[in-house]
This record gives sequence, structure tokens and C-alpha cells, in this order.
Amino acid sequence: MTTMDCDKLVELVTAYLDESLDSETQRRVVDHLALCDGCQAYVAQVRATIRSAGQVEPVPVDSATRDRLMEAFRKHSR
Amino acid sequence: MAAALPDDPELARRLADREEAAFTMVVDAWSPGMLRLARSFVTTDDSASEVLQDTWLAVITGVGAFEGRSSLRTWVYRILVNTAKRRGERESRVVPWSSWAPDATEAGPTVDPSRFQGPTEDYPGHWRAFPQEWPEDEALAGETVAIIRAAMERLPVRQRIVMTLRDVEGCSSEEVCAILEISAVNQRVLLHRARAAIRTVLESYFTSVDPSADDREQEVPS
Repeated sequence: MTTMDCDKLVELVTAYLDESLDSETQRRVVDHLALCDGCQAYVAQVRATIRSAGQVEPVPVDSATRDRLMEAFRKHSR
Repeated sequence: MAAALPDDPELARRLADREEAAFTMVVDAWSPGMLRLARSFVTTDDSASEVLQDTWLAVITGVGAFEGRSSLRTWVYRILVNTAKRRGERESRVVPWSSWAPDATEAGPTVDPSRFQGPTEDYPGHWRAFPQEWPEDEALAGETVAIIRAAMERLPVRQRIVMTLRDVEGCSSEEVCAILEISAVNQRVLLHRARAAIRTVLESYFTSVDPSADDREQEVPS
């Protein structure tokens, strides 16, 4: 059986989450994760990082900029 | 993002028809993300605002040429990126936007090698001590997001741009490749390094708020 070490797995997490690994490597990652609490925790941390990044709030557009945009739109609509 | 927008063909048609309500909708839905993206390419907030305005002007005048080969948002973001790059070059920001290949500082392990056992130990390449589950603590959520925002500011700019598009804006990898005109491999390497760096920052933070997590030893799997 081909095994995968934890230090190799951590470098494949992004490709794993994107499902862009070849099927053999994907299987090795899945097999390793099934047995390794450490790598499970690592992947959970990466997922938590992604979730929290999704909470970063947008940059508000100030009203002057928005007004100029709408003005430009109206000018080009005439 | 951007719930309740009409589908692309309808939206493009209404923009081409100069329907102000449609313009208001997309401007309000997409501008905050666009402004954030623009800010990574140029040196000041004012420049980013001007990039945003130039982009929307180009959208107004060019939307008739939108062919639906990508999503409308991807098409708009591509205009933004090209506008921002030109502007960034004028400001002689020293980032060569022509290359998105990871550089020499973007190679090597993304997790500190000392976290893993060495070749003479029982389980070479395996964790010395397992990473800890992080607390699902609502009280920490706001702080966590603030830490991520600050840490992303310190990322190398290409990594920041890719992670912003993927994880903050929620774009797919295909969309990011199309917006930035980069390869899937470069996109993935930059995203991988960015996420790993931010994870490391969060790990330090969670360890500091829960000191008992610092040196808990765990068994490795046999």
C-alpha cells in the first residue's frame, strides 16, 4: 500500500478541497485522513480559515463615488 | 453573493438598454468587492475609486459587446483588473503583473517542518503534536475575522488577490483564472500559500487564547 505522510498531505489540502487531485492521489489523501486525527484537524482548520475569510466585510463605497457613478451612467444614457 | 440579481442575459440587456435600476443593482452588489480588488493593484484609496469609476464607465459603454462566454461578473472583474493593472503601472508600483508564477519565496513547505517528525524518529513525516480543533466560539468570531483581514493585508500581493477572490468574494477557481488570466496551477499555488499563512496566524491566535492547547501531546496513528 502506498502511504502518504502528514507533511505531504498538508501541501495537497488546497487541491484536495478543489477536487483537482488525480484519482489515485485523492484516494491516498482520503485514506490517510480516515486514519489520522492530526491531518483531520489540520483540514478542519483550513476549512475554518476559509469560512472566516468569507466573513470579511466588504469595503463600503463612499456616497460621493457612488453619486459620480450614477451621474456618469445618466450622462452616457442620454 | 449578490442575491436577487437577474440572470446574466437579462442583466446585460437591461444595462445595454441603459436602465438605471439595473445599473444601481449591479453597482451596489459588486462595487464593494471590486473596490477591494482594485486596492491591491494601486497605491491609494483614491486611485482604487478611480479604477472603479473607469471600470463602470467601460461597462456602460461596452456591455453591448458582452457575449456571455463568461459570467457577467467575471467579465466586469476582468475589465477592473486590466484597468487597475494599467493604473498600477502608471503609479510604478513595483509588481510585475505579467507574471503570476510563484517566485522563489513562494516555494517550500507551508507548514513549519519542525511540526513533523524527522527521519530518525518513530514516524518520519508525521505530526509531532496534532493541530488542535479550534473553538467554535461565537464570541471569538468577530475577532477572528479582524485577524484574518489584517493578516491578509500582509500577504504577498498576488496571494492576497487570489485569496480575496476565492475565499472572500467566493469566486470559483475557474472564475479566478479567467479574471486574472492565470493558469490553474499558479492560481492553486498562490491560494494554497495564502490559506496556509492565514491558518498559521489563526493557530497562533487560538493557541494564545487557549494556552492549554499549546503543548498537548497526541499519539500518532500507528
